[in-house]
Amino acid sequence: MNIVTLALRMLLREWRAGELRVLMLAVMIAVAGLASVNAFTARMQLALSQESNRLLGADLVLASDHAPPPALAQAAQQRGLSTVQTAQFPSMVSTDAGSNLAEIKAVSNGYPLRGKLHIADSLFGKDRVTSDIPRPGTVWLEARLANALKLKPNDTVQVGYSRLKVAAILTNEPDRGGDFFNLAPRLMMNASDVAATGLITVGSRINYRLLIAGDTNAINAYRKVLASQLQRGQRLLTVRDARPEIRDVLDKAERYLGLAVLLAALLAAVAILLSARHFLRRHLDACALLRCFGASQRTIVMLYALQIAVLGLLAAVAGMALGYAGQAVLAAMLGRMAHLDLPPAAVLPFLQAALAGLVLLAGFSLPTLFMLRRTPALRILRRDVAAFDAVGAATYVAGLAAMTALLLWQVRDVPLTLMVLAELAATLLATALLAWGLVLAAGWLGARSSGSWRQGLLNLRRRAGGSVIQVAAFTLGMLALLLLTVVRGDLLANWHASLPAMAPNRFVINIQPDQAASLQDFLRRHDLSGAKLYPMVRGRLTAINGREVDSARYADQQTRHLLDREFNLSYADRLDADTDFVAGGGWHGDHPGPQFSVEQGIADRLHLKLGDTMQFDVGGTPVSARITSLRKVNWDSFRVNFFVVGNTDLLRNTSASYITSFYLPPAKVSVLNDMVRAYPNLTVIDVSAILQTVQDMLERVSAAVQFVFVFSLASGLVVLYAALAATRDERALETALWRVLGARHRQLWLAQVTEFAAIGMLAGMLAAAGASAIGWGLSSEVFKLPYHFNPLLWLIAIGAGGVGVAAAGVLGLRGISRLPPLVTLRDI
Amino acid sequence: MHVVNLAKQVPVNGAALTILHPTSFDIQRGESVAIVGASGSGKSTLLGLLAGLDQPSTGEVWLAGKSLAALDEDGRAALRGELIGFVFQSFQLLPMLTALENVMLPLELSGASDARKRAQRWLERVGLADRQQHRAQQLSGGEQQRVAIARAFAVDPALLLADEPTGNLDAETGARVIELLFELNREQGTTLVLVTHDTELAARCGRRLSLHAGHLESGV
Ligand SMILES: Nc1ncnc2c1ncn2[C@@H]1O[C@H](COP(=O)(O)OP(=O)(O)O)[C@@H](O)[C@H]1O
Ligand SMILES: [Mg+2]
Repeated sequence: MNIVTLALRMLLREWRAGELRVLMLAVMIAVAGLASVNAFTARMQLALSQESNRLLGADLVLASDHAPPPALAQAAQQRGLSTVQTAQFPSMVSTDAGSNLAEIKAVSNGYPLRGKLHIADSLFGKDRVTSDIPRPGTVWLEARLANALKLKPNDTVQVGYSRLKVAAILTNEPDRGGDFFNLAPRLMMNASDVAATGLITVGSRINYRLLIAGDTNAINAYRKVLASQLQRGQRLLTVRDARPEIRDVLDKAERYLGLAVLLAALLAAVAILLSARHFLRRHLDACALLRCFGASQRTIVMLYALQIAVLGLLAAVAGMALGYAGQAVLAAMLGRMAHLDLPPAAVLPFLQAALAGLVLLAGFSLPTLFMLRRTPALRILRRDVAAFDAVGAATYVAGLAAMTALLLWQVRDVPLTLMVLAELAATLLATALLAWGLVLAAGWLGARSSGSWRQGLLNLRRRAGGSVIQVAAFTLGMLALLLLTVVRGDLLANWHASLPAMAPNRFVINIQPDQAASLQDFLRRHDLSGAKLYPMVRGRLTAINGREVDSARYADQQTRHLLDREFNLSYADRLDADTDFVAGGGWHGDHPGPQFSVEQGIADRLHLKLGDTMQFDVGGTPVSARITSLRKVNWDSFRVNFFVVGNTDLLRNTSASYITSFYLPPAKVSVLNDMVRAYPNLTVIDVSAILQTVQDMLERVSAAVQFVFVFSLASGLVVLYAALAATRDERALETALWRVLGARHRQLWLAQVTEFAAIGMLAGMLAAAGASAIGWGLSSEVFKLPYHFNPLLWLIAIGAGGVGVAAAGVLGLRGISRLPPLVTLRDI
Repeated sequence: MHVVNLAKQVPVNGAALTILHPTSFDIQRGESVAIVGASGSGKSTLLGLLAGLDQPSTGEVWLAGKSLAALDEDGRAALRGELIGFVFQSFQLLPMLTALENVMLPLELSGASDARKRAQRWLERVGLADRQQHRAQQLSGGEQQRVAIARAFAVDPALLLADEPTGNLDAETGARVIELLFELNREQGTTLVLVTHDTELAARCGRRLSLHAGHLESGV
């Protein structure tokens, strides 16, 4: 008979006998969990990037210092993408009242491709969304430019050779990117008017942008094409380059979602490990018998590999279907709750999950089959111990390798994965050692106690090997659940705390030293206080370690861009108490020596390290000092941050203005008008749109992670079930024998409860320890947020562990202790 | 079959415990041999070694001109598949399969096309025609024993090794099984090696090997 037919027949027989349920269920739930979490997070990430792309005005932007050749836009359109081009340049604009520097942006129909422009009909009027652009002959301008030039709608303004009519006040421009503080106020005009202004001549510095938007796959494909043929002066922008706040929040969101996938994969792996082990143990005799009947090793491996493959495929298909339903439910719930339309699910995550399930199944089962090659049949039938140790070790080593590969592949976030795996390995090692010790201790305690307690504790000791594995399995399962519940909650809470609901949404710059006191007083009167005033000094970086800085020497376009402009420097008697130093430290004392503290990102960009000397040109005066600390800045906190801060003595005599930030509740917008009237020179920068985007993302990611938890919970329960099922037969036999020997129901019950509760509490304690360690590691190393130790975690873990495992265990055996012992014995 | 200096030791608490002392004997094709001895004297161990189900500490078993020691596990399995039927003292049925499926398994493995029919015929011959669809673990000890015997016979082995084949059977069924064994011995020239306590069964065998605490005493 054909070996495939035989394998299928054997599988069918076992299916009828109910032998395959646990393994099938484990693979199915594992695949379903992984698929749904994967597909859902992929949809979520896509939605987030589409959301954030509004801040770019497009899905992809090619920035260039010369007009991009029309062929590029045509090629994009041929791929079904929409394009629009903008040009941006600084120029003086004037009225009879005076003139002011403006940042002019010329746009054509279709702009912006993502996000919407907001305009108002009067300076302090209510704004509205528009899909238009300034009509030819008209301009829209930002309130601060209108203020500076005392312009109202319908006035005219001189731009180059042209006189253009002010048609509206521009209140929100989605892709208003870059450094707010360095940019002059915006004047937006129609591209068809540009030539007439005469402002675009050879040699003028113009920043062209080709905005491209459309289907994600087409965008990614075209991005690759563009990237491969970038010319000097051209660079591709993503939203991460456009706004550091968005970069930070996207990074964190991806890591949270990655963590969810990681844990789902981990639970899947443990569920499959346990059930594969169980399956193989039950089939060792069958393998040995096949040897007695003359089957070759090859035949046996083939037979079981085929069975496992077919079983795995069936379970994987069922799992994919279940996973599809699961993520659809998740998406629907999230869509309602977070008002987010998710893009449709891709096929790839489902295939990946199915493949992962199969790889895990193979990783955990095939090595055992191969190990049997050298073991004589009789030794297996007699349960010779040495044969089993090797079997167990082979399973774990191969399985763990498969699991690590899976996790790295699925999560792609190497530091996150390695950290979780390392801490997990440490937890498991500690678990094995501690569980072993405690199992011995339980035996010692059992020997000195009496009654049913004694038997329960002694049972733990008798099954030492099995008990340790069971405790380890429960620990892993609970650890993942704790990470998903308590630690996840803590991490999200920390993240929320770093971005409070009343995070500053307005920045005020250009505050003159003599206005500082009265402005603070004004803000306090209107309950807008809280934020400090920081001195701000503009300076050009001229030398590093005595060597003159030449932006052309830097390969990176953005770095060049940065060096060509002025830096915002600040000074302080001491750095804020919660400064996150990466290297070095702050200063204190009355007259510390001259020194700078530099933000980590800019230091990396300019290859600066501790001890380097930076020299700035501040209004013609050279200011030079050594770097004594590097700081990490959380840009998504929306506080006033500076790349470079010096000590007070160093910069005190330069001409500084002040900057502050505060939260302006929507109801108090009119206060702002009063402020601008009272201090006309101030520039108010509205970051509420970006802040809103970041807060929305935070909310949505939180909600998404909560929902994902439900699915992982199901996987976790399967792990616990598989761990219990693994020793069910043994326990059933024991229970029946106890009954034969005259044990009463109560005695049996007490002994079981004692044993299970002890296992559960032990596992709960170890899981709490592991979860705390991992939570701390994730928080401080991966998410860079402060971690608060949560004592509740331990209480929950130990309590729920003890009660849960005892209840599940006793429930699982309940049927058995009711059945007549002989029925049980016959059934095993 | 030649058995040369066959011995088995197992490590027990670090020391080596000899459960079979060096033993040599021959068994001719078509012979019937009974291995007798007290419980724990090493009968099952010897039988397992004869079938190549375990490896001896020293000595060799030659079967059909081949030394079992010279073969690897696969080689031994292949030889068993061709030549040997084995009845375990503890039956070793697969608990989740039915009686019929248990008997069919070795036939299916050897590629027999009429596995079902042959298995049914053998179950009839051991008196279990009406128990075919029962799961092995639901059968009584005697019934399981008969399924195990049917399974060993089903492949028409040249050498049948049976560990206490009538140990769990009532007199009537036991007698039927004994008849069957010797019928096969007569008709197909199957060599029989039986471990037994049953003096009647032992008496019907052509030769008796007696084991005492791992020592082979007599080879009549
Ligand atoms: N793998 C083993 N490890 C330890 N002792 C064994 C092993 N196999 C057999 N024995 C011991 O060897 C002796 C002979 O066993 P066995 O051959 O099963 O006896 P019997 O003659 O009853 O069939 C027994 O005392 C048994 O306990
Ligand atoms: Mg025996």
